[in-house]
Amino acid sequence: MSSGVIATSAVAIDDVSVRFQSKRAETTAIERVSLDVAPGEFVSIVGPSGCGKSTLLKLVSGLLQPSSGSVTLLGEQVRGPRHDIGFVFQRAALLEWRSARRNILLQAEMRGMSSVEAGRRADELIEMTGLSGFENALPHELSGGMQQRVALCRALLHEPRVLLMDEPFGALDALTREQMNVELHRVWRETGTTVLLVTHSIAESVYLANRVIVLTRRPAVVKEVIDVDLPSERDYSATMARPEFAAVTAHIRELLGAATGHD
Amino acid sequence: MKPVPGDRWRGVAERSWRPAALLAACLVIWHLITVTGLVEAYLVPSPGKTFDLLVDKWSYLWGHTWVTTYETILGFVIAGVLGVLMAVAMVYSRTIESTAYPILLFAQVIPKIAVAPLFVVWLGFGFEPKVIVAVLMAFFPVVISTVTGLKSVDTEMLELAATMGGGPVKTFVKIRFPAALPHLFAGLKVAVTLAVTGAVVGEFVGSNEGLGYVILQANGNMDTPMLFAGLIVISVVGILLFLLLDLAEQLMLPWHSSRRGAAVTTLLAKGGT
Ligand SMILES: Nc1ncnc2c1ncn2[C@@H]1O[C@H](COP(=O)(O)OP(=O)(O)O)[C@@H](O)[C@H]1O
Ligand SMILES: [Mg+2]
Repeated sequence: MSSGVIATSAVAIDDVSVRFQSKRAETTAIERVSLDVAPGEFVSIVGPSGCGKSTLLKLVSGLLQPSSGSVTLLGEQVRGPRHDIGFVFQRAALLEWRSARRNILLQAEMRGMSSVEAGRRADELIEMTGLSGFENALPHELSGGMQQRVALCRALLHEPRVLLMDEPFGALDALTREQMNVELHRVWRETGTTVLLVTHSIAESVYLANRVIVLTRRPAVVKEVIDVDLPSERDYSATMARPEFAAVTAHIRELLGAATGHD
Repeated sequence: MKPVPGDRWRGVAERSWRPAALLAACLVIWHLITVTGLVEAYLVPSPGKTFDLLVDKWSYLWGHTWVTTYETILGFVIAGVLGVLMAVAMVYSRTIESTAYPILLFAQVIPKIAVAPLFVVWLGFGFEPKVIVAVLMAFFPVVISTVTGLKSVDTEMLELAATMGGGPVKTFVKIRFPAALPHLFAGLKVAVTLAVTGAVVGEFVGSNEGLGYVILQANGNMDTPMLFAGLIVISVVGILLFLLLDLAEQLMLPWHSSRRGAAVTTLLAKGGT
Protein backbone atom coordinates (compact mmCIF):
# COMPACT_ATOMS: atom_id res chain seq x y z
CA MET A 1 0.00 0.00 0.00
CA SER A 2 0.92 3.67 -0.18
CA SER A 3 1.94 4.08 3.47
CA GLY A 4 5.46 3.99 4.72
CA VAL A 5 6.13 7.50 3.40
CA ILE A 6 5.41 9.08 6.76
CA ALA A 7 5.07 7.24 10.03
CA THR A 8 1.34 8.07 10.33
CA SER A 9 -0.96 6.57 12.94
CA ALA A 10 -2.30 3.08 12.33
CA VAL A 11 -5.67 4.26 13.56
CA ALA A 12 -6.77 7.89 13.84
CA ILE A 13 -10.17 8.64 15.31
CA ASP A 14 -10.85 12.32 14.90
CA ASP A 15 -13.64 14.03 16.83
CA VAL A 16 -16.10 11.22 16.19
CA SER A 17 -19.70 11.11 17.40
CA VAL A 18 -22.20 8.31 16.85
CA ARG A 19 -25.95 8.71 17.25
CA PHE A 20 -28.41 5.85 16.87
CA GLN A 21 -31.85 6.77 15.62
CA SER A 22 -34.60 4.52 16.87
CA LYS A 23 -38.36 5.01 16.42
CA ARG A 24 -38.82 7.44 19.25
CA ALA A 25 -35.53 8.22 20.89
CA GLU A 26 -32.09 9.20 19.68
CA THR A 27 -29.18 7.61 21.52
CA THR A 28 -25.76 9.17 21.49
CA ALA A 29 -23.37 6.28 21.91
CA ILE A 30 -20.13 8.18 21.35
CA GLU A 31 -19.53 11.87 21.87
CA ARG A 32 -16.59 13.62 20.21
CA VAL A 33 -13.97 10.97 20.79
CA SER A 34 -10.49 11.40 19.40
CA LEU A 35 -7.79 8.78 19.59
CA ASP A 36 -4.52 8.02 17.82
CA VAL A 37 -2.95 4.60 17.80
CA ALA A 38 0.65 4.24 16.62
CA PRO A 39 1.68 1.35 14.35
CA GLY A 40 2.51 -1.72 16.40
CA GLU A 41 0.92 -0.30 19.52
CA PHE A 42 -1.35 -2.32 21.82
CA VAL A 43 -4.23 -0.22 23.13
CA SER A 44 -6.83 -1.48 25.60
CA ILE A 45 -10.23 0.15 25.90
CA VAL A 46 -12.21 -0.16 29.12
CA GLY A 47 -15.48 1.41 30.16
CA PRO A 48 -18.87 0.65 31.66
CA SER A 49 -21.22 -1.77 29.87
CA GLY A 50 -23.15 -0.19 27.02
CA CYS A 51 -20.94 2.90 26.87
CA GLY A 52 -20.00 2.44 23.23
CA LYS A 53 -16.87 0.28 23.15
CA SER A 54 -18.16 -2.14 20.53
CA THR A 55 -19.43 0.81 18.54
CA LEU A 56 -15.92 2.25 18.55
CA LEU A 57 -14.40 -0.92 17.08
CA LYS A 58 -17.14 -1.10 14.47
CA LEU A 59 -16.23 2.44 13.43
CA VAL A 60 -12.61 1.48 12.95
CA SER A 61 -13.53 -1.59 10.88
CA GLY A 62 -15.98 0.41 8.78
CA LEU A 63 -18.94 -1.77 9.75
CA LEU A 64 -20.49 1.46 11.04
CA GLN A 65 -20.20 5.05 9.85
CA PRO A 66 -19.81 7.93 12.32
CA SER A 67 -22.54 10.58 12.54
CA SER A 68 -19.79 13.18 12.55
CA GLY A 69 -16.00 13.24 12.58
CA SER A 70 -13.75 10.88 10.69
CA VAL A 71 -11.85 7.64 11.16
CA THR A 72 -8.62 6.95 9.33
CA LEU A 73 -7.15 3.47 9.17
CA LEU A 74 -3.63 2.94 7.86
CA GLY A 75 -3.63 6.35 6.22
CA GLU A 76 -6.92 5.87 4.42
CA GLN A 77 -10.26 7.28 5.52
CA VAL A 78 -12.78 4.59 6.52
CA ARG A 79 -15.90 4.74 4.33
CA GLY A 80 -17.12 1.13 4.28
CA PRO A 81 -16.19 -2.31 5.64
CA ARG A 82 -12.40 -2.59 5.59
CA HIS A 83 -10.62 -5.72 4.54
CA ASP A 84 -7.21 -4.87 5.95
CA ILE A 85 -8.13 -5.69 9.54
CA GLY A 86 -8.72 -8.79 11.62
CA PHE A 87 -11.71 -8.95 13.96
CA VAL A 88 -12.33 -11.16 16.99
CA PHE A 89 -15.66 -11.06 18.82
CA GLN A 90 -16.63 -12.29 22.27
CA ARG A 91 -18.37 -15.25 20.70
CA ALA A 92 -16.03 -17.19 18.45
CA ALA A 93 -18.60 -17.14 15.60
CA LEU A 94 -17.27 -20.30 13.96
CA LEU A 95 -19.00 -22.20 11.19
CA GLU A 96 -20.11 -25.38 12.94
CA TRP A 97 -19.80 -27.57 9.86
CA ARG A 98 -16.14 -26.70 9.33
CA SER A 99 -13.16 -28.11 11.19
CA ALA A 100 -10.91 -25.77 13.15
CA ARG A 101 -8.45 -25.55 10.27
CA ARG A 102 -11.11 -24.95 7.64
CA ASN A 103 -12.67 -22.28 9.83
CA ILE A 104 -9.31 -20.51 9.85
CA LEU A 105 -9.04 -20.94 6.08
CA LEU A 106 -12.44 -19.30 5.56
CA GLN A 107 -10.54 -16.02 5.73
CA ALA A 108 -8.38 -17.09 2.78
CA GLU A 109 -11.29 -18.46 0.73
CA MET A 110 -13.30 -15.27 1.13
CA ARG A 111 -10.30 -13.24 0.03
CA GLY A 112 -9.26 -15.55 -2.78
CA MET A 113 -5.77 -15.99 -1.30
CA SER A 114 -3.57 -18.68 -2.81
CA SER A 115 -4.43 -21.89 -1.00
CA VAL A 116 -0.86 -23.13 -0.66
CA GLU A 117 0.23 -19.88 0.95
CA ALA A 118 -2.87 -19.80 3.17
CA GLY A 119 -2.43 -23.41 4.22
CA ARG A 120 1.16 -22.78 5.28
CA ARG A 121 0.18 -19.68 7.18
CA ALA A 122 -2.70 -21.51 8.88
CA ASP A 123 -0.39 -24.28 10.05
CA GLU A 124 2.02 -21.68 11.40
CA LEU A 125 -0.76 -19.99 13.39
CA ILE A 126 -2.14 -23.33 14.62
CA GLU A 127 1.32 -24.10 15.92
CA MET A 128 1.73 -20.64 17.45
CA THR A 129 -1.57 -20.72 19.32
CA GLY A 130 -1.24 -24.29 20.57
CA LEU A 131 -4.04 -25.70 18.43
CA SER A 132 -1.90 -28.54 17.07
CA GLY A 133 -3.77 -31.82 17.22
CA PHE A 134 -7.15 -30.09 17.04
CA GLU A 135 -6.99 -29.05 13.37
CA ASN A 136 -9.72 -31.44 12.33
CA ALA A 137 -12.02 -31.04 15.33
CA LEU A 138 -15.41 -29.47 14.76
CA PRO A 139 -16.25 -26.37 16.84
CA HIS A 140 -18.62 -28.25 19.15
CA GLU A 141 -15.80 -30.62 20.01
CA LEU A 142 -13.60 -27.72 21.17
CA SER A 143 -13.54 -25.93 24.51
CA GLY A 144 -14.37 -22.22 24.68
CA GLY A 145 -10.69 -21.32 24.88
CA MET A 146 -9.85 -23.48 21.86
CA GLN A 147 -12.70 -21.95 19.87
CA GLN A 148 -11.42 -18.49 20.64
CA ARG A 149 -7.93 -19.50 19.52
CA VAL A 150 -9.44 -20.59 16.20
CA ALA A 151 -11.15 -17.20 15.92
CA LEU A 152 -7.82 -15.50 16.65
CA CYS A 153 -6.01 -17.55 13.99
CA ARG A 154 -8.73 -16.71 11.48
CA ALA A 155 -8.34 -13.02 12.28
CA LEU A 156 -4.56 -13.22 11.79
CA LEU A 157 -4.45 -15.41 8.68
CA HIS A 158 -4.12 -12.59 6.17
CA GLU A 159 -1.51 -10.83 8.32
CA PRO A 160 -3.62 -7.73 9.01
CA ARG A 161 -1.72 -4.73 10.28
CA VAL A 162 -4.57 -3.91 12.66
CA LEU A 163 -6.32 -6.41 14.91
CA LEU A 164 -9.61 -5.47 16.59
CA MET A 165 -10.77 -7.54 19.55
CA ASP A 166 -14.13 -7.04 21.26
CA GLU A 167 -14.10 -8.72 24.70
CA PRO A 168 -12.50 -11.79 23.12
CA PHE A 169 -11.96 -13.62 26.41
CA GLY A 170 -15.10 -12.46 28.19
CA ALA A 171 -16.75 -15.87 28.07
CA LEU A 172 -13.74 -17.85 29.32
CA ASP A 173 -12.94 -19.04 32.83
CA ALA A 174 -10.26 -17.12 34.74
CA LEU A 175 -7.47 -19.62 34.23
CA THR A 176 -8.04 -20.05 30.49
CA ARG A 177 -8.28 -16.32 30.23
CA GLU A 178 -4.83 -15.89 31.78
CA GLN A 179 -3.38 -18.42 29.36
CA MET A 180 -4.98 -16.62 26.47
CA ASN A 181 -3.56 -13.32 27.73
CA VAL A 182 -0.06 -14.77 27.79
CA GLU A 183 -0.53 -16.20 24.30
CA LEU A 184 -1.98 -13.00 22.88
CA HIS A 185 0.94 -11.08 24.34
CA ARG A 186 3.37 -13.44 22.63
CA VAL A 187 1.47 -13.34 19.34
CA TRP A 188 1.46 -9.56 19.44
CA ARG A 189 5.21 -9.45 20.06
CA GLU A 190 5.87 -11.95 17.29
CA THR A 191 3.64 -10.33 14.67
CA GLY A 192 4.04 -6.65 15.46
CA THR A 193 0.37 -6.09 14.72
CA THR A 194 -1.42 -3.01 16.01
CA VAL A 195 -4.09 -4.18 18.47
CA LEU A 196 -7.23 -2.50 19.79
CA LEU A 197 -8.64 -4.59 22.62
CA VAL A 198 -11.96 -3.94 24.32
CA THR A 199 -12.14 -5.68 27.69
CA HIS A 200 -13.91 -5.72 31.03
CA SER A 201 -10.90 -7.08 32.85
CA ILE A 202 -8.69 -4.35 34.26
CA ALA A 203 -5.79 -6.75 34.85
CA GLU A 204 -6.02 -7.93 31.24
CA SER A 205 -6.16 -4.39 29.91
CA VAL A 206 -3.00 -3.40 31.77
CA TYR A 207 -1.01 -6.61 31.30
CA LEU A 208 -1.39 -6.52 27.53
CA ALA A 209 -1.31 -2.84 26.62
CA ASN A 210 1.01 0.07 26.00
CA ARG A 211 -1.90 2.36 26.75
CA VAL A 212 -5.29 1.97 28.37
CA ILE A 213 -8.16 4.22 27.30
CA VAL A 214 -10.82 4.68 29.97
CA LEU A 215 -14.22 5.69 28.65
CA THR A 216 -17.06 7.25 30.61
CA ARG A 217 -20.66 6.11 30.81
CA ARG A 218 -22.76 6.67 27.65
CA PRO A 219 -22.31 8.84 25.72
CA ALA A 220 -18.71 7.67 25.75
CA VAL A 221 -16.11 10.34 26.19
CA VAL A 222 -12.43 9.58 26.79
CA LYS A 223 -12.05 9.98 30.52
CA GLU A 224 -8.35 9.30 30.73
CA VAL A 225 -5.53 7.79 28.74
CA ILE A 226 -3.09 5.82 30.86
CA ASP A 227 0.40 4.96 29.69
CA VAL A 228 1.41 1.56 30.96
CA ASP A 229 5.01 1.77 32.00
CA LEU A 230 5.95 -1.87 32.11
CA PRO A 231 8.73 -3.68 30.25
CA SER A 232 7.61 -4.89 26.84
CA GLU A 233 8.66 -8.46 27.65
CA ARG A 234 6.06 -9.40 30.26
CA ASP A 235 6.09 -12.54 32.30
CA TYR A 236 2.58 -13.01 33.67
CA SER A 237 3.06 -13.55 37.40
CA ALA A 238 6.09 -11.29 37.61
CA THR A 239 4.12 -8.48 35.97
CA MET A 240 1.16 -9.00 38.28
CA ALA A 241 3.49 -8.73 41.26
CA ARG A 242 5.02 -5.38 40.23
CA PRO A 243 4.04 -2.35 42.30
CA GLU A 244 3.50 -0.24 39.11
CA PHE A 245 0.99 -2.82 37.95
CA ALA A 246 -0.94 -2.64 41.21
CA ALA A 247 -0.89 1.14 41.12
CA VAL A 248 -2.18 1.38 37.54
CA THR A 249 -4.97 -1.17 38.02
CA ALA A 250 -6.06 0.55 41.24
CA HIS A 251 -6.17 3.86 39.43
CA ILE A 252 -8.28 2.43 36.57
CA ARG A 253 -10.62 0.75 39.02
CA GLU A 254 -11.12 4.08 40.71
CA LEU A 255 -11.81 5.81 37.39
CA LEU A 256 -14.35 3.15 36.39
CA GLY A 257 -16.01 3.30 39.78
CA ALA A 258 -16.46 7.01 39.28
CA ALA A 259 -17.64 6.43 35.71
CA THR A 260 -20.30 3.92 36.66
CA GLY A 261 -21.33 5.72 39.82
CA HIS A 262 -20.37 2.73 42.01
CA ASP A 263 -22.83 0.14 40.69
CA MET B 1 -17.19 -38.24 20.16
CA LYS B 2 -17.77 -39.96 16.84
CA PRO B 3 -20.05 -42.96 17.37
CA VAL B 4 -18.50 -46.30 16.40
CA PRO B 5 -20.70 -48.41 14.09
CA GLY B 6 -21.73 -50.85 16.83
CA ASP B 7 -22.91 -47.99 18.97
CA ARG B 8 -24.84 -46.55 16.11
CA TRP B 9 -26.77 -49.78 15.46
CA ARG B 10 -27.51 -50.12 19.13
CA GLY B 11 -28.76 -46.54 18.99
CA VAL B 12 -31.03 -47.39 16.05
CA ALA B 13 -32.38 -50.42 17.94
CA GLU B 14 -32.91 -48.35 21.05
CA ARG B 15 -34.76 -45.71 19.09
CA SER B 16 -36.86 -48.17 17.08
CA TRP B 17 -38.23 -50.59 19.64
CA ARG B 18 -40.84 -48.26 21.11
CA PRO B 19 -42.49 -47.26 17.82
CA ALA B 20 -42.24 -50.89 16.64
CA ALA B 21 -43.99 -52.06 19.79
CA LEU B 22 -46.69 -49.43 19.35
CA LEU B 23 -47.25 -50.49 15.75
CA ALA B 24 -47.53 -54.14 16.81
CA ALA B 25 -50.03 -53.15 19.50
CA CYS B 26 -52.14 -51.29 16.95
CA LEU B 27 -52.17 -54.34 14.66
CA VAL B 28 -53.24 -56.57 17.56
CA ILE B 29 -56.07 -54.19 18.51
CA TRP B 30 -57.15 -54.00 14.88
CA HIS B 31 -57.16 -57.79 14.71
CA LEU B 32 -59.11 -58.13 17.95
CA ILE B 33 -61.74 -55.63 16.81
CA THR B 34 -62.39 -57.68 13.68
CA VAL B 35 -62.34 -61.20 15.23
CA THR B 36 -64.64 -60.26 18.13
CA GLY B 37 -67.16 -58.98 15.61
CA LEU B 38 -67.24 -55.61 17.40
CA VAL B 39 -67.41 -53.99 13.99
CA GLU B 40 -68.97 -55.59 10.90
CA ALA B 41 -66.39 -57.19 8.61
CA TYR B 42 -67.53 -55.20 5.58
CA LEU B 43 -66.77 -51.95 7.47
CA VAL B 44 -63.34 -52.91 8.80
CA PRO B 45 -61.56 -55.84 7.17
CA SER B 46 -59.19 -57.88 9.28
CA PRO B 47 -55.42 -57.21 8.99
CA GLY B 48 -54.97 -60.70 7.54
CA LYS B 49 -57.50 -60.11 4.81
CA THR B 50 -55.97 -56.73 4.00
CA PHE B 51 -52.47 -58.17 3.70
CA ASP B 52 -53.72 -61.07 1.59
CA LEU B 53 -55.20 -58.52 -0.77
CA LEU B 54 -51.96 -56.53 -0.78
CA VAL B 55 -50.15 -59.65 -1.95
CA ASP B 56 -52.83 -60.82 -4.43
CA LYS B 57 -53.35 -57.47 -6.10
CA TRP B 58 -49.73 -56.45 -5.89
CA SER B 59 -49.16 -55.78 -9.56
CA TYR B 60 -52.37 -53.73 -9.81
CA LEU B 61 -51.38 -51.68 -6.74
CA TRP B 62 -47.77 -51.36 -7.86
CA GLY B 63 -48.74 -49.62 -11.10
CA HIS B 64 -50.89 -47.08 -9.26
CA THR B 65 -48.28 -46.62 -6.54
CA TRP B 66 -45.72 -45.74 -9.15
CA VAL B 67 -48.07 -43.09 -10.65
CA THR B 68 -48.67 -41.44 -7.29
CA THR B 69 -45.00 -41.61 -6.32
CA TYR B 70 -44.00 -40.05 -9.62
CA GLU B 71 -46.46 -37.17 -9.15
CA THR B 72 -45.32 -36.71 -5.56
CA ILE B 73 -41.63 -36.59 -6.34
CA LEU B 74 -42.10 -34.29 -9.32
CA GLY B 75 -44.26 -31.94 -7.23
CA PHE B 76 -41.83 -32.09 -4.32
CA VAL B 77 -38.78 -31.32 -6.46
CA ILE B 78 -40.50 -28.39 -8.18
CA ALA B 79 -41.72 -27.05 -4.82
CA GLY B 80 -38.22 -27.50 -3.37
CA VAL B 81 -36.46 -25.61 -6.15
CA LEU B 82 -39.05 -22.84 -6.43
CA GLY B 83 -39.37 -22.61 -2.65
CA VAL B 84 -35.64 -22.15 -2.08
CA LEU B 85 -35.38 -19.58 -4.90
CA MET B 86 -38.36 -17.70 -3.52
CA ALA B 87 -36.90 -17.75 0.01
CA VAL B 88 -33.54 -16.43 -1.21
CA ALA B 89 -35.28 -13.62 -3.11
CA MET B 90 -37.33 -12.76 -0.05
CA VAL B 91 -34.35 -12.69 2.30
CA TYR B 92 -32.29 -10.50 0.01
CA SER B 93 -35.04 -8.07 -0.99
CA ARG B 94 -37.39 -6.34 1.41
CA THR B 95 -39.61 -5.37 -1.53
CA ILE B 96 -39.98 -8.94 -2.74
CA GLU B 97 -40.58 -10.12 0.82
CA SER B 98 -43.37 -7.64 1.51
CA THR B 99 -44.91 -8.22 -1.92
CA ALA B 100 -44.77 -12.00 -1.86
CA TYR B 101 -45.75 -12.74 1.73
CA PRO B 102 -49.48 -11.95 1.45
CA ILE B 103 -49.79 -13.92 -1.79
CA LEU B 104 -47.86 -16.80 -0.27
CA LEU B 105 -50.12 -16.81 2.76
CA PHE B 106 -53.19 -16.66 0.55
CA ALA B 107 -51.95 -19.62 -1.49
CA GLN B 108 -51.35 -21.50 1.73
CA VAL B 109 -54.70 -20.93 3.47
CA ILE B 110 -56.85 -21.57 0.40
CA PRO B 111 -58.07 -25.20 0.62
CA LYS B 112 -56.22 -27.15 -2.06
CA ILE B 113 -59.09 -29.61 -2.44
CA ALA B 114 -61.31 -26.69 -3.44
CA VAL B 115 -59.02 -25.42 -6.18
CA ALA B 116 -57.99 -28.83 -7.49
CA PRO B 117 -61.07 -29.17 -9.74
CA LEU B 118 -60.03 -25.97 -11.45
CA PHE B 119 -56.71 -27.49 -12.45
CA VAL B 120 -58.54 -30.52 -13.83
CA VAL B 121 -60.74 -28.21 -15.91
CA TRP B 122 -57.67 -26.39 -17.18
CA LEU B 123 -55.24 -29.25 -17.63
CA GLY B 124 -57.34 -32.40 -18.01
CA PHE B 125 -56.99 -35.83 -16.41
CA GLY B 126 -53.23 -36.25 -16.86
CA PHE B 127 -50.56 -36.01 -14.18
CA GLU B 128 -50.20 -32.20 -14.42
CA PRO B 129 -53.05 -31.13 -12.09
CA LYS B 130 -51.85 -33.63 -9.45
CA VAL B 131 -48.32 -32.30 -9.63
CA ILE B 132 -49.62 -28.74 -9.28
CA VAL B 133 -51.62 -29.59 -6.17
CA ALA B 134 -48.56 -31.38 -4.74
CA VAL B 135 -46.44 -28.29 -5.48
CA LEU B 136 -48.99 -26.03 -3.80
CA MET B 137 -49.02 -28.22 -0.71
CA ALA B 138 -45.24 -28.56 -0.44
CA PHE B 139 -44.17 -25.04 -1.41
CA PHE B 140 -45.06 -23.16 1.77
CA PRO B 141 -43.06 -25.17 4.33
CA VAL B 142 -40.00 -25.02 2.06
CA VAL B 143 -40.18 -21.24 1.76
CA ILE B 144 -40.83 -20.63 5.44
CA SER B 145 -38.09 -22.97 6.64
CA THR B 146 -35.52 -21.63 4.17
CA VAL B 147 -36.30 -18.03 5.09
CA THR B 148 -35.94 -18.92 8.77
CA GLY B 149 -32.68 -20.72 8.06
CA LEU B 150 -31.17 -17.92 6.01
CA LYS B 151 -32.11 -15.41 8.69
CA SER B 152 -30.73 -17.58 11.48
CA VAL B 153 -27.13 -16.71 10.58
CA ASP B 154 -25.27 -14.75 13.24
CA THR B 155 -25.03 -11.04 12.52
CA GLU B 156 -21.47 -11.25 13.84
CA MET B 157 -20.66 -13.94 11.29
CA LEU B 158 -22.01 -11.70 8.53
CA GLU B 159 -20.03 -8.74 9.88
CA LEU B 160 -16.92 -10.88 9.85
CA ALA B 161 -17.69 -11.88 6.27
CA ALA B 162 -17.91 -8.19 5.39
CA THR B 163 -14.41 -7.59 6.79
CA MET B 164 -13.16 -10.57 4.79
CA GLY B 165 -14.30 -8.93 1.58
CA GLY B 166 -15.74 -12.02 -0.11
CA GLY B 167 -18.78 -10.26 -1.51
CA PRO B 168 -22.42 -11.38 -1.30
CA VAL B 169 -22.09 -14.46 -3.53
CA LYS B 170 -19.26 -16.04 -1.54
CA THR B 171 -20.97 -15.08 1.70
CA PHE B 172 -24.09 -16.87 0.51
CA VAL B 173 -22.34 -19.98 -0.76
CA LYS B 174 -19.89 -20.44 2.11
CA ILE B 175 -21.84 -19.11 5.08
CA ARG B 176 -25.54 -18.36 4.67
CA PHE B 177 -26.75 -21.31 2.63
CA PRO B 178 -24.91 -24.04 4.58
CA ALA B 179 -26.11 -22.45 7.82
CA ALA B 180 -29.69 -22.63 6.53
CA LEU B 181 -29.50 -26.33 5.61
CA PRO B 182 -30.75 -27.80 8.91
CA HIS B 183 -33.85 -25.60 8.71
CA LEU B 184 -34.24 -26.34 5.01
CA PHE B 185 -34.17 -30.09 5.65
CA ALA B 186 -36.78 -29.78 8.39
CA GLY B 187 -39.00 -27.97 5.88
CA LEU B 188 -38.31 -30.53 3.13
CA LYS B 189 -39.35 -33.37 5.40
CA VAL B 190 -42.68 -31.71 6.12
CA ALA B 191 -43.01 -30.82 2.44
CA VAL B 192 -42.55 -34.34 1.13
CA THR B 193 -45.34 -35.74 3.29
CA LEU B 194 -47.60 -32.90 2.17
CA ALA B 195 -46.68 -33.57 -1.47
CA VAL B 196 -48.03 -37.13 -1.09
CA THR B 197 -51.30 -35.71 0.23
CA GLY B 198 -51.37 -33.21 -2.63
CA ALA B 199 -50.93 -35.89 -5.29
CA VAL B 200 -53.67 -38.05 -3.75
CA VAL B 201 -56.03 -35.06 -3.45
CA GLY B 202 -55.36 -34.29 -7.10
CA GLU B 203 -56.25 -37.88 -7.99
CA PHE B 204 -59.47 -37.72 -5.97
CA VAL B 205 -60.70 -34.84 -8.03
CA GLY B 206 -60.31 -36.35 -11.44
CA SER B 207 -58.15 -39.25 -12.45
CA ASN B 208 -58.13 -42.79 -13.80
CA GLU B 209 -54.91 -43.92 -12.16
CA GLY B 210 -52.94 -43.51 -8.94
CA LEU B 211 -53.62 -44.52 -5.35
CA GLY B 212 -56.21 -41.76 -4.91
CA TYR B 213 -58.11 -43.31 -7.80
CA VAL B 214 -57.72 -46.80 -6.25
CA ILE B 215 -59.21 -45.58 -2.97
CA LEU B 216 -62.04 -43.76 -4.71
CA GLN B 217 -62.88 -46.87 -6.77
CA ALA B 218 -62.71 -49.13 -3.71
CA ASN B 219 -64.97 -46.72 -1.87
CA GLY B 220 -67.52 -46.77 -4.65
CA ASN B 221 -67.52 -50.61 -4.68
CA MET B 222 -67.65 -50.86 -0.87
CA ASP B 223 -64.37 -52.77 -1.25
CA THR B 224 -62.98 -51.94 2.21
CA PRO B 225 -60.00 -54.35 2.06
CA MET B 226 -58.80 -52.55 -1.07
CA LEU B 227 -59.46 -49.18 0.58
CA PHE B 228 -57.36 -50.16 3.58
CA ALA B 229 -54.65 -51.57 1.33
CA GLY B 230 -54.56 -48.28 -0.58
CA LEU B 231 -54.25 -46.30 2.65
CA ILE B 232 -51.42 -48.50 3.85
CA VAL B 233 -49.50 -48.13 0.58
CA ILE B 234 -49.92 -44.34 0.62
CA SER B 235 -48.57 -44.20 4.18
CA VAL B 236 -45.63 -46.41 3.27
CA VAL B 237 -44.78 -44.18 0.28
CA GLY B 238 -44.88 -41.09 2.54
CA ILE B 239 -42.78 -42.72 5.24
CA LEU B 240 -40.17 -44.01 2.78
CA LEU B 241 -39.79 -40.60 1.15
CA PHE B 242 -39.46 -39.03 4.59
CA LEU B 243 -36.79 -41.54 5.62
CA LEU B 244 -34.95 -40.96 2.36
CA LEU B 245 -34.70 -37.25 3.19
CA ASP B 246 -33.65 -38.06 6.74
CA LEU B 247 -30.86 -40.21 5.36
CA ALA B 248 -29.82 -37.48 2.92
CA GLU B 249 -29.72 -35.05 5.83
CA GLN B 250 -27.49 -37.34 7.87
CA LEU B 251 -25.13 -37.80 4.94
CA MET B 252 -25.01 -34.13 3.98
CA LEU B 253 -25.01 -32.60 7.46
CA PRO B 254 -23.05 -35.00 9.66
CA TRP B 255 -22.09 -32.05 11.88
CA HIS B 256 -25.75 -31.38 12.56
CA SER B 257 -27.14 -34.89 12.88
CA SER B 258 -24.27 -36.13 15.02
CA ARG B 259 -25.09 -33.50 17.59
CA ARG B 260 -28.80 -34.13 17.31
CA GLY B 261 -28.17 -37.87 17.56
CA ALA B 262 -26.05 -37.28 20.64
CA ALA B 263 -28.88 -35.30 22.21
CA VAL B 264 -31.36 -38.10 21.48
CA THR B 265 -29.03 -40.73 22.89
CA THR B 266 -28.50 -38.71 26.06
CA LEU B 267 -32.24 -38.36 26.45
CA LEU B 268 -32.74 -42.09 25.99
CA ALA B 269 -29.93 -42.90 28.40
CA LYS B 270 -31.51 -40.63 31.01
CA GLY B 271 -34.98 -41.98 30.35
CA GLY B 272 -33.73 -45.57 30.51
CA THR B 273 -32.17 -45.35 33.95
N1 LIG C 1 -27.53 -0.63 16.05
C1 LIG C 1 -27.87 0.06 17.15
N2 LIG C 1 -29.04 0.73 17.20
C2 LIG C 1 -29.39 1.43 18.29
N3 LIG C 1 -28.64 1.53 19.39
C3 LIG C 1 -27.47 0.89 19.42
C4 LIG C 1 -27.02 0.10 18.31
N4 LIG C 1 -25.82 -0.45 18.62
C5 LIG C 1 -25.54 -0.02 19.87
N5 LIG C 1 -26.52 0.77 20.35
C6 LIG C 1 -26.52 1.44 21.66
O1 LIG C 1 -25.33 2.17 21.78
C7 LIG C 1 -24.80 2.02 23.07
C8 LIG C 1 -23.39 1.50 23.00
O2 LIG C 1 -23.40 0.15 22.55
P1 LIG C 1 -22.08 -0.73 22.52
O3 LIG C 1 -21.07 -0.04 21.69
O4 LIG C 1 -22.47 -2.09 22.08
O5 LIG C 1 -21.63 -0.75 24.05
P2 LIG C 1 -20.48 -1.59 24.76
O6 LIG C 1 -19.81 -2.44 23.74
O7 LIG C 1 -19.58 -0.59 25.37
O8 LIG C 1 -21.14 -2.42 25.83
C9 LIG C 1 -25.72 1.10 23.85
O9 LIG C 1 -26.55 1.88 24.67
C10 LIG C 1 -26.53 0.42 22.78
O10 LIG C 1 -27.83 0.17 23.24
MG1 LIG D 1 -19.81 -4.51 23.55
